[in-house]
Amino acid sequence: MCAVILPPRDPAPSRWAYRLQRLWLTPLFRTAVLKGLPLAVLLAIPAGWLADADRREALRAEVADIRRQVETRPEFMVKLMAIEGATPSVDEDIREILPLDFPVSSFDLDLKEMRRTVEGLDAVRSAEMRVRPGGILELRVVERVPALVWRSPEGLALLDAQGNRVAPIEARGARPDLPLIAGRGADKAVPEALHLIAAAGPIGSRLRGLVRVGERRWDVVLDRDQRILLPTRNAVATLERVIALDGVSDMLGRDIVVVDLRNPDRPTVRLAPEAVEEFRRIRRLQAGATN
Amino acid sequence: MTDLYQAQRAMRRMRKQAMDRGVIAILDVGSSKTACLVLRFDGIRPAGGVEQIGALAGQSRFRVIGAATTRSRGVRFGEIHGMHEAERAIRTAVQAAQKMAQVRVDHVIACFSGAGPRSYGLDGQVELAESMATEADIARVLAACEMPPIGPGREVLHAQPVNFALDHRSGLVDPRGQIGHRLACDMHLLTVDAGAIQNLVHCVKRCDLELAGIASSAYASGMSALVEDEQELGAACIDMGGGATGLSIFIKKHMIYADSVRMGGEHVTADISKGLHVPIATAERIKTLHGGVVATGVDDREMIDLGGDSGDYERDTRRISRTELIGIMRPRVEEILEEVRARLDAAGFEHLPSQQIVLTGAGSQIPGLDGLASRILGQQVRLGRPMRVQGLPQSATGPGFAAAVGLCLFASHPQDEWWDFDIPAERHPARSLKRAVRWFKENW
Repeated sequence: MCAVILPPRDPAPSRWAYRLQRLWLTPLFRTAVLKGLPLAVLLAIPAGWLADADRREALRAEVADIRRQVETRPEFMVKLMAIEGATPSVDEDIREILPLDFPVSSFDLDLKEMRRTVEGLDAVRSAEMRVRPGGILELRVVERVPALVWRSPEGLALLDAQGNRVAPIEARGARPDLPLIAGRGADKAVPEALHLIAAAGPIGSRLRGLVRVGERRWDVVLDRDQRILLPTRNAVATLERVIALDGVSDMLGRDIVVVDLRNPDRPTVRLAPEAVEEFRRIRRLQAGATN
Repeated sequence: MTDLYQAQRAMRRMRKQAMDRGVIAILDVGSSKTACLVLRFDGIRPAGGVEQIGALAGQSRFRVIGAATTRSRGVRFGEIHGMHEAERAIRTAVQAAQKMAQVRVDHVIACFSGAGPRSYGLDGQVELAESMATEADIARVLAACEMPPIGPGREVLHAQPVNFALDHRSGLVDPRGQIGHRLACDMHLLTVDAGAIQNLVHCVKRCDLELAGIASSAYASGMSALVEDEQELGAACIDMGGGATGLSIFIKKHMIYADSVRMGGEHVTADISKGLHVPIATAERIKTLHGGVVATGVDDREMIDLGGDSGDYERDTRRISRTELIGIMRPRVEEILEEVRARLDAAGFEHLPSQQIVLTGAGSQIPGLDGLASRILGQQVRLGRPMRVQGLPQSATGPGFAAAVGLCLFASHPQDEWWDFDIPAERHPARSLKRAVRWFKENW
């Protein structure tokens, strides 16, 4: 009874088993299999599903539909617009340039763009917009305050203190309370004009307006066609000088057509033609001549 | 010679590469077992700079992270005998060690015990070009050693400078930077059969590994089994392996002689198998469990069952006394030791200042061997075990792993060899132009 003893199993790995084990112990390969492979599978499943154009289209439609449903919920709807701080005419203008068709979803409102549009209006200095709870689009407007009437080649216009156009007007008589300026480029020097008008307070009753000459200096026009020609620089101080002279010697009350201060070192006055005659006559009389 | 030089340099480069990567494998291809250790170098530098050795005599720089042993196949007398079998054994060991280490190793340092090692002592001397010895001078003096006729089909395995002398001062370890006129050196050259090396290289290559170094296992076991003062004062390490018994003589921390006896534990097993008519496996088991070399009165009464499965009752129930077993083992062990004695005498071992003999290797575990060896080899005999290295499993700390542990030390602290120095300019054919320029400089 001889038992057949099998030779002990050879423990040696085959060449391929050995190589595979070594490959498996290679860090790069190991990382690639353990982390890269699951990641690749996870990416490949959706990618394979999306490879079909119809499915992509359906998915896009689905997403758009859900988005629309959320956007059109009543919580997000804007039902009306409230405008604060605007006069009725500006209010009307704003409602005209903002083409809103209420009710509208607040997702569809581009507040920045709308604000830019509203601030593009001449009469609006600044605007704030927000969607208030309750579906109200609140628009808070600060209007420009007209400070001057400008007679320009294009017609009459109101300007605010910074020289921005506020609105056109039909006639000077519509705003008799505002001072008048004229001349090309006058709107660029509105702050100086306002200073001059303030400085001309003592002769305010006689002031007709200011004229911008050559886009660099001002003429002060008084009634009786009197003009004060101011220099380019230090116009306000020069005007105050003139007013002081007027206060001392009632200069402007005399028959003078032009007070020329374009060169402040050499003030010049021009008399009216009759006054020149009269002046010459008086000089002759004083000289003792008889005619 | 230049081929060998280049091959050894390539191996050194490979070793440096492996050190940079931090992982290297040790492969001890023995006749009875193939062991593989995987070392991890952590790059821990000694605190005191390069001059210092560091903690644990520098052994703290690496750690064993994988160890595996398998029965050798296809290896006889310490040489590869069946290429495929040996390759499979190497593969088994490497795979198991890699699995334990959980890291892939690409570089391996191997050792083997057989292939008829032969030692040569060389000397050479040169006049120094300048008064100070430089590294180039060392290269020149190493190159000035005359190559002995090592015979066809032999390869140089180790070529280690053992001693330097500058003028009349001998025993210098590092003559660089010292002042003198004449530099002389002694070199120990160890040659082995080229065929055995080529077989090993081929096997390792077939396992997809790169050979980063190759050493004689007698040298490796001497490195690990001899303690430092034994290496310094002079000692012989006898590595009793399965198929071959290697011996190496150390003095001043350098190996000066190595040889191997082509007999080992497998011959003892074969004797038992033949003498008792039992299979080799049974003989091996009886030898390891009951073996010995000194018989006493108790051994007559200690009976050993031989066992068997022939079906013949008489044959399967045979019993022998331990004395009979010892009677079979002792002559063979004596023969091995006498052969070792003859080699030691031939090497002039009796002229060394200290004649310590250290027995190691798995064969040294036979009970009573130290007593027998002291009668044949001399009075100063001890049994050696390899030194401890970090992370080595308990199962691999026995004397049978002396060569593997020695290779770890070889990997971490390699001795300077001839090929670590550049070939001097005079020897190099490609630099003849440089030589001509130098000649002009010197003569004009």
